[in-house]
Amino acid sequence: MSDLFLMIILTFDAALRVSTPLILCAMAGLFSERSGIIDISLEGKMLMGAFIAAAVAAVTGSAWLALMAAIVATMLMSALHGFACITHRGNHVVSGVAINIMASGLTIALGHAWFKRGGQTPSLLADARFMPMEFPFAEQAGNIPIIGTIYKELLSGHNGIVYVALGLVGLVWWIIYRTRFGLRVRAVGENPQAVDTAGISVSWLRYRAVLLGGVLTGIAGTYLAIAQNAGFVREMTAGQGYIALAALIFGKWRPLPALGACLMFGLLDAVAIRLQGVEVPMIGEVPVQFIQALPYVLTVVLLAGFIGKATPPRAIGVPYVKER
Amino acid sequence: MNHSSQIVESAEQTVAEMSPPPAIELRNINKSFGAVQANRNVDLIVQAGTIHGIVGENGAGKSTLMSILYGFYEADEGSIQINGKPARINSSQAAIAAGIGMVHQHFMLVANFSVLENVMMGAEKGFLLKNSIGQARRKLRELSENYSLHVDPDALTDDLPVGQQQRVEILKALFRSAGILILDEPTGVLTPQETEQLFKILSSLRDEGVTIILITHKLREIMAITDNVSVMRDGEMVAHCQTAETSTAELAELMVGRKVSAATRSREQFLGDIRLKVENLSVAGSLGNKLLDDINLEVRSGEIVGIAGVSGNGQSELLEVLSGIRPLSQGQITINGQQFKAEDSYNAADMRELKVAHVPEDRHRTGMVTAMSAWESLILGYHHDSRYNKGILFDQAAIHEEAERLIKEFDVRPGDPEIKSANMSGGNQQKLILAREIDKSPEVLIVGQPTRGVDIGAIEFIHGQLNQLRQRGCAILMVSVELDEVLALSDRILVIFDGRIVAEVNGNEADTMTLGLMMANAHEPRSSQNLKGDA
Repeated sequence: MSDLFLMIILTFDAALRVSTPLILCAMAGLFSERSGIIDISLEGKMLMGAFIAAAVAAVTGSAWLALMAAIVATMLMSALHGFACITHRGNHVVSGVAINIMASGLTIALGHAWFKRGGQTPSLLADARFMPMEFPFAEQAGNIPIIGTIYKELLSGHNGIVYVALGLVGLVWWIIYRTRFGLRVRAVGENPQAVDTAGISVSWLRYRAVLLGGVLTGIAGTYLAIAQNAGFVREMTAGQGYIALAALIFGKWRPLPALGACLMFGLLDAVAIRLQGVEVPMIGEVPVQFIQALPYVLTVVLLAGFIGKATPPRAIGVPYVKER
Repeated sequence: MNHSSQIVESAEQTVAEMSPPPAIELRNINKSFGAVQANRNVDLIVQAGTIHGIVGENGAGKSTLMSILYGFYEADEGSIQINGKPARINSSQAAIAAGIGMVHQHFMLVANFSVLENVMMGAEKGFLLKNSIGQARRKLRELSENYSLHVDPDALTDDLPVGQQQRVEILKALFRSAGILILDEPTGVLTPQETEQLFKILSSLRDEGVTIILITHKLREIMAITDNVSVMRDGEMVAHCQTAETSTAELAELMVGRKVSAATRSREQFLGDIRLKVENLSVAGSLGNKLLDDINLEVRSGEIVGIAGVSGNGQSELLEVLSGIRPLSQGQITINGQQFKAEDSYNAADMRELKVAHVPEDRHRTGMVTAMSAWESLILGYHHDSRYNKGILFDQAAIHEEAERLIKEFDVRPGDPEIKSANMSGGNQQKLILAREIDKSPEVLIVGQPTRGVDIGAIEFIHGQLNQLRQRGCAILMVSVELDEVLALSDRILVIFDGRIVAEVNGNEADTMTLGLMMANAHEPRSSQNLKGDA
């Protein structure tokens, strides 16, 4: 019984770990998409963030410098996306795909050129990484049944960025629903004309939202490269940017439901890892690929009817042109 | 409170100075878009505290001029003075700062925002909304009371009827302390009652010292409410007059540049057999709600039946069902003896086979492909017709000959069959569609908004064509939100409200006010009682 309980807790624990980049990316996408800019480039930005973080950490040995550099890099990529979509009214999806391809190629090319390790960065020492944080008295609390176990195994012992990501969801909610900036971002994604005629610059507002998204994807990439792992591996994001986008849609572009979707996808992922090679009674060994595909399948199936229509911001993907 | 006293003060000041500077003085405004000169040497003086009308046909340059005044565009040349002071208005922000507010034809509201959020957006106090909300709520209440502009601040904008949404737009401007209010075609979406209420509001705003510019193509409204009126034609100001000293006939002539005769309906009856019969027709929406509910109607040969109603009450769906675009859920349609029920599958081509022609209400979405040339638009939907084809290829010679004939007969300009439909004015596009549909001598014509976005000259022509078609024995069902149009053309008028036909009136006996009440479903005449009882 307690073994089973421990196993469940550990699965949740792992879920939290793998959800973190999803949560950060989903929040990044939320800013961008609520402002009307489709952000399919979450994947590429996170990948670039991961590479830059790992590279800077390898060279300087400072995790904080790595974080800063990753954020700058992803903000630059967001600015590029903004330049294409906002200033030049390009197609958002095309720009996003281009950025993804560019990130995929650039990270490998630069990795080759700088480190000569087949696109990988050198393994990082603990000093150059963000390490898990133990909560006070976690060891002692571990002896208390249930509550203690939850405290020690589930709540404590995560990377600082995990806690930051969870806190950020609250912050994003507050910004979106309780501040002037949030009101305007919501408005510009629905009806940019209304924002324009109210005397607010549509472009500047959208740029800010997109850049904020850049900051968050930078943190996500940093987490992947120098917190969850100890270095950059080519294509290490492995589609998580798209999963985050799915979670955002799943959560109907709202912070808390999107968080829920991210956690659910994370949980599926954790279960997939745990079920590797495990014989499930009656069914036998479940192919891991099946469970790995579940988030995508779920998104398609559930969005197709079960949780009702996900209504995107009305002006999403539509370049804003002042009408005559 | 602050706001109103401020206006009164400034009004008193100007009175004290004896010669008040005009609220707006535009001098020599020029604006071109590529080769098109939208405004040419335009002068305009609007006296403070008056209602000033600007009339002109579509494309005369009214909207461009107002966009310049509201900072959407900057003029290529010319000067703007607001309340006697030179102003440079290069953004909406600058316009708002100069005290100009604008109520756009298509409302600039965020549909899923509350009224309060819409009003304060862009004029928030500080970074946190918390501070703005309370203050905005107070100010909104004051404004509502001062100008009797009552709107529930917490209502979702999308849920409000258009008349109320328009009030939100006016409140938005007043909230920003606008002393000059521009209204662009404000009555296009309103019922006559709502229009009357709007005019009351405008009068009371004027009494408080607000200067109002009213852009419209409805001359009756100019006569009803404005103090002064300016007429635009082809990008130029052609006349300024005091409303009291002019007449609709004179204004119409100034607008068009020639004499206009109002469409007169021949009262002769040509009634023949029933061509189109609709029985117990219902159409369900995607949410299971009824978009059309138990519609019964019939149209005889040689008769125009007009459907009046505020837009969005099921007219579009009715047009779509009858033209074969949308399936029906219940009931049946009989066209020339051929029955269609819910279980029958039929499409627009089948309807065309039965000589049902359709002039859709939205010509850009369903009427034509704007990227196509005029000759292509002229055969669209009839392109399988044997006279246009030679084997598997188009018979180019026959098509072009036909296109040139139609273009001439329907006076489509420019008269080149190769020109892209997109490069024609709304009126000429509409003529193109009408030519295509009418020329096949249909037995039933389903027509939606025959003259939406069309200039006066073309309206005259289109109405004439519809009347001729009626004389030739076609059964015409016409949907229009322009009450004047419904009244001018219809032998019978059906009023649609919330997907139901709520009243039927004889074309000769109908009047604007009663119809308006019926359109708002606020009228309980004998004729509509039993119809409603059924539902």
